[in-house]
Order: sequence, then C-alpha cells, then structure tokens
Amino acid sequence: MRYLLRRLGFFVLTLWAALTLNFFIPRFMPGSPLQALRDRTHNKLSPQALQEMLTSFGYKPNENLFIQYVEYLRDMLTGHWGVSIGTNLGEPVSTIVGQALPWTLGLVGLTTVFAFLLGSLVGTIAAWRRGGVVDSVLPSVFVVTSALPYFWVGLLLILVFSVWTNGAVPADFNYDIGLQPSLSPVFVGNVLSHAVLPAATILITAIGGWILTMRNNMITTLAEDYVRMGRAKGLSNRTIMMNYAARNAFLPNLSGFAMSLGFVIAGAILVEYVFNYQGLGYLLYNSVQNTDYPLMQVLFMLFTVAVLVAVFTCDIVIAWLDPRARAKE
Amino acid sequence: MTGLLVAAPTVRRARARMWTAVRRSPKAAVGLAIFGVFCVLAAVPQLFTSVRDPLACCAFDPRLPPSTDHLLGTTQLGQDIWAQLVYGTRQSLVIALVAGLFATVLSVLIGVSAAYLGGVADDILTMITNIFLILPTFPLIIIFATYAGSRSLVVVVVVLVVTGWSYGANQLRAQALSLRNREFLESARVRGERRSYIIVFEVLPTMTSLIVANFLGAALYSVLTAAGLQFLGLGDPESDSWGTMLYWAQNQQALQTGLPLWSIAPGVCVGLLGASFALLNYAFDEIGNPALRPVRRRRRAVGP
Repeated sequence: MRYLLRRLGFFVLTLWAALTLNFFIPRFMPGSPLQALRDRTHNKLSPQALQEMLTSFGYKPNENLFIQYVEYLRDMLTGHWGVSIGTNLGEPVSTIVGQALPWTLGLVGLTTVFAFLLGSLVGTIAAWRRGGVVDSVLPSVFVVTSALPYFWVGLLLILVFSVWTNGAVPADFNYDIGLQPSLSPVFVGNVLSHAVLPAATILITAIGGWILTMRNNMITTLAEDYVRMGRAKGLSNRTIMMNYAARNAFLPNLSGFAMSLGFVIAGAILVEYVFNYQGLGYLLYNSVQNTDYPLMQVLFMLFTVAVLVAVFTCDIVIAWLDPRARAKE
Repeated sequence: MTGLLVAAPTVRRARARMWTAVRRSPKAAVGLAIFGVFCVLAAVPQLFTSVRDPLACCAFDPRLPPSTDHLLGTTQLGQDIWAQLVYGTRQSLVIALVAGLFATVLSVLIGVSAAYLGGVADDILTMITNIFLILPTFPLIIIFATYAGSRSLVVVVVVLVVTGWSYGANQLRAQALSLRNREFLESARVRGERRSYIIVFEVLPTMTSLIVANFLGAALYSVLTAAGLQFLGLGDPESDSWGTMLYWAQNQQALQTGLPLWSIAPGVCVGLLGASFALLNYAFDEIGNPALRPVRRRRRAVGP
C-alpha cells in the first residue's frame, strides 16, 4: 500500500510538472494568440475588439504572471477549460473534447491493450518453442516492423486496401458522412469498418516490440531453477509455461508497457491524422494548425493524465501479481 | 594498483570479443551494410543522380512514370523523386546521428552522475528522469515546435534531444549503480584519483556496450520522430529530407492521384534506416546476453 501511495505522489508531481511546462512554454515563446486571431480574421477586426474577445475567453496578458499561473492550475484541475479560439470559435473546450474522447479511447485504447496482450502471448510461445520455425524468423521480422513509422504503415494500408480496391475498405473518418449515430447494426458495422485500417496500423507497428521483449524475458526465466523444479515434479508443459515462466516474465514486460505508452500516443496522433479519424490526436493536430491555445493546453493535460492513469493501473496490477513489489519497504 | 592492472586488459579483451561477435552476427552485418549505404548516399549524393537541384519546381514534366531517366518517376510538381530521395538522405541521417549523439551524452551525464553522486542529488536527478520518461513527449514536441515558430533543423534536433534522453539515463544509472562498489573502483578511490578521472577513465569504459546500445536506440527514436514531425509539416518544408517528401506527397494527395511511389519511397528509406539501427541494437543485445542468440535447429530435440 505504501508503495502505491508513493507512486501516487510521484504522479501528482509529474502532472504538476506537465501543467507547468504547458503554462510556461507558450508564454516564453514567440507568437501570441492575439497575432494568431488577427491572422485568422484577416485584420478585419480592430485590435481592441480582438483584445476584448480574447479577454472574454479568459486571456489576460497584463495580469501578474504568478496569479495567472495559479488561476490556470485551478481552472485546469476543476474542468473550467474555457472556449476554443480555433475553427469552432467560442465553443466550450469540454464539449469538443467530449465528442472526440470516446473515439480515441475505443480505437487507440482497445487496440493498444489488445496488441500488448497478443504480443505477450506470441512472445511466450516463441520462447517456449526455442529454435522452432516461429522463433527463428520472428526476431528479425519484428525488429524491422518495430522500426517502421506508424503513419507510413497507415499510408501503405490505405494504398493497398482502399485505393487499389477502389474503396473496398474506407480509409477516412469515423463513419460514413450522412449516417446518423445510433446503436443500429448498420451504424455499428459502419463504425467498425472505418476502424479496421487504423486499428491494423497500430497493431502491426506496436506488436513487434512487445513480442521481442516478452520472448527475451521468457528465455531468461526459462533458465531459472524453479522452472527446472516444475519439470522435475512432472507438471504439464502448459502449467510450467503459463504459471511458472510466463507469469514471471510478464512482469518486466508490463512495466515496459507502461513506459512505452507515451510512444503509443505519438503513433496514435499520427494515425488519426493519416486516417482523418476525429479523435483527440486529430484534434491536437488541428488545434496546433489553428493556434487554438485553450484546446491545445487541455489536450496536452488529458494526454498526460491518460498516461498517468494507465501507468498507475499497471502499478496496481504489478503489485497484485508480484509479492516482491508489495513487500518493498 | 592491481585493480587497474586487471581492469585494463579485460576491457581490451572484451572489446576484441565484441568485434568478433559483431562480424559473426548476420543481423549486425545487415544493419551495418544498410547504414553504410546511406552514409555513402549522404556523403556524395551527386554521384547517384544527374539532378543538381532536386527541389526546383517544374524542372521536368509532372507525373512521369518510372523510367531510366527518372528511376522513380516525377512528382506532381515536376521534381525527380529518386533525386529527392538521394539528396534527402543527408538531412535525415544527420538528424538521427546528431540528435542520437547529444541525447546519449545527456543520458550518460545525468545517469552516471546520479548513480555516482548518490544521496539527494541522485534522488533529484532520478525524479527528473522519471518525469521525462513518463510525459507524453510527442504532443509536447508538436506544441513546442509550433510555438518555436522558425521551423529549422536546429529546433527539430533540440526537441528530439530534450525528449529523447530519459530512457537511456534510466538504464545507465542502473548499470552504474551496480558498478559502484566493484573492487577496481574501490582501488582507484584508495589511490586518491579525482572523481572526474574515475568516472571518465574507469567507469565509462566498462559501460561502452550499454552506451552504444543507447546511442542506437536514441538514433532510432530520432529517425522515427523526426519523420513524424516533418510529415505533419513541423519541419522546414523548403528543405529536402524524407519526412518533408512525405509531407508534400500527403499535401498533394499522392496516394489518391496515382503517384504512390512519391510516398512509398521515402517511407521505405525511413524504415530501412530505422531497421539498421534496430538490427544493430538487437545484435548488441544478443552479444551481451548469449542466451538470446539464435539456436541451431538440431539442438531442438534437447531444448524445452
């Protein structure tokens, strides 16, 4: 329990660091929302009108920096996220984010977890059948696939399965434009067909790393004495493989999974961009293009929170699986 | 004294063994070969194409199919794709190597000093490392690159270094910690050597293989991330690199308008360069940990 509390403290600190970076980077860099807004309105509005508009949106450049900082922290944490100053001028950020969030969670979240579990399973089997066909081909293949850029694999899949087949599999948006969102089979099927290519992209590029680390961990574990003892006791291969070796080899893989989530988010942003998939990553790209500061800040905070929550979940699972982690201190 | 006398030859012998192993590993050989080819392309691009200004618009007819004159055809804007690819090698390679190098230097500095200093300094450095490790850096990079305004090479490299060092620092700290109480370091301390001398001449040489592995990892990260940034248009769109080619190809709808080579070719190059770093890295892993090496098929009967 103390272990988890300590981790929680660390996460609060990390969140604070992220929020602070997020506050200070824009304010110490060239370029300002005022300029961005002036460009977007093509100088049609007077500077005063623009200034007033921004003030009403919560932009106060003349106030004391420290007070701004405290207010910013409070607003971020209490969900007072302001309104967008991008293409959806004036729309509350929370509404925009709320519309995009389920798509990203569904596509990226599910695919990533699935890729991780599948990768661990394949790695376990590869290491168990050491020297078999799978094991001799696998490492080289996955070393190469894990070095491919996410977005480019997406482009390749679009080319092969959508362009060359005259659009047999849809290659952009979340569902066909014109369909009404509902729970009908037609709509659900449509959503799934639109998710096939982006999900395949994430799966192909993400799975390699997890197969390799799981395989390497397994090989180390299989050489342990307790595995030999399991064999001597005459336990079935399946029991030794899953309960003796894989269970132990899985632990470092799980912490590796937690550590690589930042990288997964990077890939997800690019994948959503390539497939015009209207999730958080796509939103971030758009907010950057439109210098939509309030939206950008909230999105970055949400990405950080997502990673922290996922890592904390991994910590809990590790503490549950591994008595040594529970006993630490 | 004995510590030094014993340590030096073992380090040298370990290095010699490492080279033999690198030469014997097919993965390392393939990785090195790919890397070598790209180095040659980057050093003397003019030997491989007759085009001198690959970015000049409308130098040729647009949308030509591949032919002997234009190996990969031409773009929507009448540029030779092969020439762009050849000339683009330099920037992509330089970004990978420079960003990888600086990130490694930073991780060595922070990781090793954290382990060696111990106490409060270690706590603070480890905490900073962990925070950077966990922060989702890519969104941060996008935001940073946008605010930085000027889309220059320097910005891209700085961003990659700032976000790419933490993983290595974490690993190096762990290894340096395990070395801390070895006898040869103890004897150096008793001899009254300065701390800086001990770190540079005693600790670092024994960590060479991990440092090399970290450099390869950081270079791989830089290749992929730089390509992603440039693809989103956050690099310098007027320069020639693989990522920028991908950006223009996407911008001109290359896939949908029947010019797939425009986007496939630079992606293959990014993948190949990345794969060369990844293969070298994995080969190093196998050398460091003999258990991971490929097993010969005939041993299968004896295996688990």
